[in-house]
Parts: sequence; C-alpha cells; structure tokens
Amino acid sequence: MKYVGSRVLRHEDPRLLTGRGFFVDDETRPGQLWMRVVRSTSAHALIRSIDLTEAQESDGVLAVICGRDVELPVIPVRVSPLKDEMAPYLQPVLATERVRYVGEPVAVIVATDPYLAEDAAERVIVEYDELPVLLDAEQSAASDVQMVPGHSNEVAVLRASFGDVDASFASAEHVVEIDVTIGRQTAVPIETRGLVAEWSPDDERLDIWGATKVPHYNRRVIAAAIGLTEYQVNIHRTDAGGGFGVRGELYPEDFLVPYLALRLGRPIKWVEDRAEHLVSTNHSRDQRHLISGAFDRSGHLLGLRDEVWHGNGGYVRTHGLTVPELTITMLPGPYRLPAYEGVCHIVLTNKTPCGTYRAPGRYEGTFARERLLDIAAVQLGIDPLEIRRVNLLSAEELPMDRGLIALGTSVVLDDADYQSLLEVALVEADYSSWQNEATQLRAQGQLVGTGMAVFLEKSGLGPYETAAVEIDREGGIQVSIGGTSLGQGIETIMAQIAADELTVNIASVDVVGGETASMDDGMGSWASRSTVVGGSAVLMAARATSDLALQVAATLLEVSPEELTLRDGRVEVNGSSERAMSLGDVAAVIGNPPAGVDLGCKVLGARRKFSVEHMTYPYGVHFAQVRVDGDTGAVSVLRYFVAYEVGRAMNPMTVEGQLIGGAIQGIGGALLEELVYGPDGQPLSATLIDYLLPTAGDAPTVGTLITESHPSSSNPLGAKGAGEGGLTACGATIASAVGNAIGKVEAPTRLPLSPMRVRAMVASAAASTDHVSSAE
Amino acid sequence: MKPSAFEYHRVRSVDEAVSLLTRLGGDAKLLAGGQSLVGMMNFRLARPSALIDISLVDALNYITSNEEGLRIGALTSHRAVERLDDPVASERFSVLPRSAHWIGHYAIRSVGTFGGSIAHADPAAEWCMLALLLDAEVVAVGPQGERVVPIGDFFTGFLQTDLAEDEMLTEVRIRTAWPHAALHEFSRRHGDFAIVAAAAAVQMSGDHCTDARIVIGGVDSTVIRVADAESVLTGATINAEAIGEAAAAAARAVDPPEDLNGSAAYRRHLTEVLVRRALDEAIAHGE
Repeated sequence: MKYVGSRVLRHEDPRLLTGRGFFVDDETRPGQLWMRVVRSTSAHALIRSIDLTEAQESDGVLAVICGRDVELPVIPVRVSPLKDEMAPYLQPVLATERVRYVGEPVAVIVATDPYLAEDAAERVIVEYDELPVLLDAEQSAASDVQMVPGHSNEVAVLRASFGDVDASFASAEHVVEIDVTIGRQTAVPIETRGLVAEWSPDDERLDIWGATKVPHYNRRVIAAAIGLTEYQVNIHRTDAGGGFGVRGELYPEDFLVPYLALRLGRPIKWVEDRAEHLVSTNHSRDQRHLISGAFDRSGHLLGLRDEVWHGNGGYVRTHGLTVPELTITMLPGPYRLPAYEGVCHIVLTNKTPCGTYRAPGRYEGTFARERLLDIAAVQLGIDPLEIRRVNLLSAEELPMDRGLIALGTSVVLDDADYQSLLEVALVEADYSSWQNEATQLRAQGQLVGTGMAVFLEKSGLGPYETAAVEIDREGGIQVSIGGTSLGQGIETIMAQIAADELTVNIASVDVVGGETASMDDGMGSWASRSTVVGGSAVLMAARATSDLALQVAATLLEVSPEELTLRDGRVEVNGSSERAMSLGDVAAVIGNPPAGVDLGCKVLGARRKFSVEHMTYPYGVHFAQVRVDGDTGAVSVLRYFVAYEVGRAMNPMTVEGQLIGGAIQGIGGALLEELVYGPDGQPLSATLIDYLLPTAGDAPTVGTLITESHPSSSNPLGAKGAGEGGLTACGATIASAVGNAIGKVEAPTRLPLSPMRVRAMVASAAASTDHVSSAE
Repeated sequence: MKPSAFEYHRVRSVDEAVSLLTRLGGDAKLLAGGQSLVGMMNFRLARPSALIDISLVDALNYITSNEEGLRIGALTSHRAVERLDDPVASERFSVLPRSAHWIGHYAIRSVGTFGGSIAHADPAAEWCMLALLLDAEVVAVGPQGERVVPIGDFFTGFLQTDLAEDEMLTEVRIRTAWPHAALHEFSRRHGDFAIVAAAAAVQMSGDHCTDARIVIGGVDSTVIRVADAESVLTGATINAEAIGEAAAAAARAVDPPEDLNGSAAYRRHLTEVLVRRALDEAIAHGE
C-alpha cells in the first residue's frame, strides 16, 4: 500500500465532523476563572484616567488590572530583519498613556464566570482626550499628528529592485500606469482565538492550551516575559478551527492569560468573542498600488515599478513587516523582467494592527500586476492571454535567482514550466468555450465576461522543522512534529509519509503536533511550510527509524542489514520471509535486550531536523466567468477554475480541498469583504452581519487541475506548498472577468468589487458608449 | 457577547403571558423565536430585566383561511408560511409563501416567527412589508382584552409599534386577496438584511389597474407605502411605461440614508430597480 499520492481520507474528519474535536474552549480546569478584556472605544486618544473601583466591587470579580499594574514586555516582531528599528512602534500588552485603535486592550477583569466578567468590564470607566484620527496611509504619512511622539508615522520604507528601471522606462515604446486598491480584510477563522493557562505551584510548571500555529516560539517569548524557563511551560495540543495566518500569533491576551494564572495561582480562561475578534485579531490587505509597466510594442515587459502604501494599523505586531516585504519581493511573479523596483511605505493608522492573511502580499501584488497586464493588453491591442505568453519565463530560463531577498532568503525561482501550465490549464478548463459563451451572451445584452490571471506562490520557508518517530512494542507508531494542525489535514499527511516509509498500515500511526512535551522544538504551521519542511522531517525520521530497525534486526537475526527488507511492517530476511520480526518485536527487544547484547539504542525511533535554505515556488492560473447585473451591480461567479503546480501531491484530495476553499475565500475578498471605518475611526464592519463572508449558498463550483510536472528539488518529497494558491489570483481574476463583462477592462481597480462600485462602472461604461455613439 | 442578567419565565398561554407582562413591567420582553432579540441581547443592545418565553404557547401556531380572509397565529414559523399548502389561501395570498425565501436562511426560517417579526418592526423585514402591502390587521391582547389595530397605525418608528408595554401580538389578519403581488429585494448575500426591498400589489381589470400598493423596506425608520408611486398606477393602463414611471416615482419619494453597502444615491437607484422588478412579477403572477 502506497499512501503518498493517494486520496487517503482525512484521519481528523470523523472526530471533527461528529463534534468530537477538542478546541481550546473545551478545556476547563478545576477552579478556573475567566478573563475579560476592556477595550478602547476610541481610535486615537490620550488616556486621562482609568477608574477601576466600580469594576472591582462587581459580583464575582477577583482582579481588575490595567497597564500601570503590570510589567510585561511589548509584543515582539517575529519575522523581519528590521526588528530593532521597530522598537518604538511595538504594541504594549495593555495601553497606558495612549490608545491607537478601537479594540486596543486597556484593562482586564478576572471573574468567576464569563457573564460576570463582562458585567464588570462595563463598569471600568476610562476617560479619553481625543486626538485627530488617521485612517489612510498616505494621509497619515503626511500628517503633523504623530501617533508615536518623536517618531514618524511612516515606520519604514522597504525597497526591492534589480536592473536599470529608469532606463527601461526611458526606452519603452509604451508605458502603462494604474492606481489600484485592495481593501482592508481579515481571515475570520471559524474558531476565534482563546487561551487557557494553569500554574501548578507544586511542580512549578505552567500549562497552556490554545496556542496554535507557532507554539514553540510563543512558549519562548511567554516564558521569558513572565520569568520562567521554557521547560517550565508546556503547551498542549488542541484542535484549531482554522488559522489562515491570523490565529496563533502572539497577541496581548497571550501574555495576559499566563501572567494572571501565575499571579493569581488559579487557572484562567479567555475565549475571544466574535465582536472582539473583528477589532483585535490581525487585519490584512489594505494596500494602494501605484504600479506602472514599461512595454515594447509587442507587449514584452521591459520594466516594472510599484509604489505601495500599506495601512498598517496602530502598531507593528509580529508580522507588521512581513506583508509589505512579501508584497514587493513577490510582485514580479512568474514573468521575465529585466528591471524592477518595488517600494512599500509602511504607515501607522488608527485601525487594528495588520499581520499576515493567507497569500499575504501575493493576493495584493497579483491583483496589481495582473490588472496592469490586462490593461496593457487592451492598450496595445494584444490578447490578454498573449501578453502573458510572451512574458512568462520559459522552462529553460529556470532555475533563476531573482536578485531579491524575501524573509531572509534569496528568491531563487526553482524548476518550473509556467508556460506549459497555462496551456494545459486552458485546455483542461475549456476556457475558450467559456469565452465563446460569454461573447454570445453579451451579444444578447447580458453582461457576462471571462477573466484570468497567472500567479507565483511561495512555500516551504525554512530554516528547519523537526520530527520524531517512535515505535512501541505493539507496533504503534508515534510521529511527533514541530508543526501544529490548524485543521488543514497535516495529521493525515504526516501519517501517510511515515506509514509509507515504515511499510505499515496508516491506522497504526499517531501524529502529535503542538505538544511541546513531546517535541521541544519546532517552527510551526504557516507559510505553506508544513508538508514541505515538516513532512520532509517526518520522512527523514521515519527513514532513520527504518534503518535502525534493520540494523537491530540484523544483529538479532545474525545477518547483515543488506540481507534484510522492511515489508508490511516486518523486517524479513531476503529469500526466507519466515525469518522475520515485526517492528513491534524489534521495539520490544530494544526495550528489553538479551543479556550481554548491546543493540546501540534505547528505543526504536529517531528524531530528525530537516533544514532548507530556499523556499520553493509553486504557481498557477485562475479562470473565471461572471455575470454582472447591470441594474444592481451584483456580480455572480458562474464558473471558476484553479490550475496549480504542486510538485508532488501527498494527498490530491486535500490539495483540492485547499484550492477550492482558498478560491472561495479569495472570491470573498474579491467581492464581499471589507473592514470599513467611520471618519472617527469607529469600525463599522463590527459583526458578521456587516463583514460579509462568502457563504456556501453563494459559492460557485470550483474546478481544479493539480499538476505534478516539476517536483521541488528543495526537499526529498518533491513537494511544493498548497495552502495559499487557491486564493492568490482570485482578486485579479474576478476583476478581469468583471471588466470583460461590462466592456471596460480597466474599470475594476478596487477590491472588493461591491455592487455599488460595479454599478458605478456599468453606468460610466454606458455613459462613455453613449458618448461615442453620439459623437459618431 | 454575553447578555446581562435577566429573569426567565416560560408560559403556556396568552393569559399567563399578559399577566406576567403586566406584573413585570416595561423591562420584560416576550421571547418567541429569538432570532432578533437574542442577538441584540448578546451585544447588550437590549437588556430586558426578564424574558417571557412564549414559544410553547401552541394555541398561537396556526394559519387558517376562510371567506373572511387569512389569519396567521403569532407563533407560526416563517417556514410554515413558506410551506402554506391550503389551496385557497395559497392562491389568494400566494405572495406570502413566495416571498418567504428572502428571509434569512433555513435555520432562521424554521425558528423565527411571523408575529415576532411583525412585533419587532424591522424596517427591512419582509413580513412587515407584506403586512403593510396587504392591508393587514394586527390583533393585540392586553389586560383589558383584545383590540385590532390596522397595519397603517401599527408601525410607529424604528423597531417601535403601537403595542402597549402590557400587550402582546397574537394574530395577523389579511382580508383582501391580492393575487397580483410580489416582493423583491437586494442584498449582497442571500439571506442578509435587504439594502433595499420593494413589494408591489395591483388589482387588475383586464390591463387596467384599479388599485395599487407599493411598499419599500430598508430605506426609512419603518416600512413605508409610497402613495406617489401607487397613484401613477391606479387608474392607468399597465405597460412598461407605467411601471417605469411608478418605479421612478418611488425612487423620488424615498430618502434612504447612506450605509455600509451603499450611498443614498445608489439605494435610491436600487429602489427604482426593485419596484420595477416587483411590479413586473406582480403583474405576471396570477395571469
């Protein structure tokens, strides 16, 4: 039985689908208390006073704490070369002098139940002296109002470039310049954040439930913040209802809950409610791109410039610099590009701070770049497919060092064939018949159109991941990983890899992630890295375990290891399969070796660390066919298709799931989702009535094509990550199709394409047509 | 998102509910399907001191029809109206079952109640619009007994009605059959509150309109009738031009505020689009 490459049903699903998942809110400790956060109601203000008296006297309250009562560090930047420069902009756990966004924590209540905690939170009286509110990145950068006194609101200007951009524009026969905006959005995992912490004074250890994504990093920072060693802090595995980049990073509550558990000596639980979630968990996107391309007359791209304004919110959090960096380093995409310059202004605004959200920087950059190509194609009179064909890098030009650094590693585009994937995808999707159908329907007066976009993804970020395999006397196999499950199926994927390597039934493999006691080091689950890097670590640990089993069995069976084969979980002597030992038998002998025999090991198992220098770059194509209701501006997605090169699909079913789910999420970002603020900085999209997520009822059927033509050479599995590519090109593709449907390719420049915006485009397209016909 | 503390009472009859309302005073709230009230309580936008749960008052769960018209008990679920299969009622009042699909989602329609929606008086609510469209009457029971309120007097402001603090809504009556009627709305996802909704009903004699009703939802503090649009139609020959004029008149008559989903001008434009669609369907239906 070969599991890798098969559509193995997800081991997680029976548990999750029958309500037997175990999420952080399912953890209840004896004597547990509840924490409630009092949040700023002002977007930008000096705190004149905080009166805790009434809250302290409220029923069931054990503690009320504000910023002056605690000594906790600021929230660090996790990923960036500019960590030190960011010091003035980092977020305190509790605001003391000034608040910078609605939702910022200013005090916490600890009470005997969550209702009483919320009652008491209402009785904390905070007086604010209002300050001018800055909501737009460019306005904030130009403002005299400093959000951090003595420091510019523009926290950094990142640059990425190669080639002679000025010369490319000077020599260009055609220059296209556009101005596009991606609205502020967030991921909204179905499970909100939450944490439970319990201090055990007798053995001086702190247990934490609910840290998903990067448990080892969080443990390190939290332990240091509250004066414990890493080994005194145990983070426990829980299920997670999605992450999508926002859930599991360090937030104020991740410090407050462990700190209060230690200080009060009682277990503390905090579960974020949805209203809190929408103002406190990282936001993302929120970029304006002034992008221009230099072309020759046949549409060859000679140079590309992009100036990006990134509205970062009130503080730089763990990933404050990551999205801007990925935006400008991934912007060139899969295209041949002699010269490039990307500049990103990271600016504080009085909104919730930003971080990564699935396809960070690529969703935005792909929208800007692919819009530019669509519009250039129209202006040059070239088919939009053709302008991609002439500019896509060919297989012969790869691998190629872009001369850019992203996330501390050189961008080296690995083996790929972008051009072939485009051609195969066109056939597989039958895109030309989508186009023909749309053309016919437009001739009948319907606003139906098609659009497409090509994208480059990144995955498999290092520097390393750890895994350990151990086999017990019954033949049970435990795989411990440094990553964690966010619901994406890695328990199944890791078990497939280990089961194949050890030639066992997958049912005997148990995968444990996110449990610091069973794996003391790991990089976590993010950046489409779990299968690529974590899976490779599992492969290496399983292979080492298999080698060890052969070596031990060789001693016991008095043959050389070369005379042995591992088959169906048994070590057999070649040519005489009755002389064999099961892996459990080998483990049993190792546990209780014959007198006088030194087997050279104490357990049947191995731990390995897989290190990787460069990322691996998957890529793909999206197609859409949409209908626009010209009267209302509503956009219906009639057809959608994602083609994706994944190197090697460990489990095609879960890859399809990633692509389809990603596409639905990305279409939501293209059409529905926007975090809107009033002029006073009050969030208006503060509930799921107003922040519109795509629903199953509104979701189109998404076709997929997974290709495995170019296995990655960065890892022994040949895998490229699959977590994000379903989403990356959705904004670009839907915009392209809407422009085609309304007969005005250049019109869609702002996401989401809300009905009001689309209606305005239709009206202006009709007006310009009238103008043309009356001029004739 | 936890409600503030409240008392909970469960009752089995209208009398019990009314006497509790009388005793507990104005801070007490009736709980039927809870589809609006519970959400408001979780946001602490509503803080009733007591809830009187009437969901088990089975006597209020009915739809009956006879020559006098249609009677809908207050605790009838949206879903029951959607599935109305009485042959007489479903022909004469078919706009009710045909419009139910606009309400939320299956789960909401299964739990939410017709009377609860009317009493909540949301200006975008489909049942409030259709009650106004079809000249309904609302039956209210209080300590002094029963009274019947014409729908035109019932909605008094944003989430405000003519019901006294100690009264409960028990029934909605619709006497006049309007076979030519339809409701259309626009929202960004199925089941959301309408950005604008329009309902239209006409009485026809050949292609001649003898009476008309146009109701707009979601643009004002209550559902509203648009007399200017109705007068365009009444007495007129119905054709595309008349429909267009009525729709334009409705758009001129409303004054929607800007909101998250659209500017005032966009919502005014939608009013015109939706009145036209509602009229087109109303006229086509029953032919």
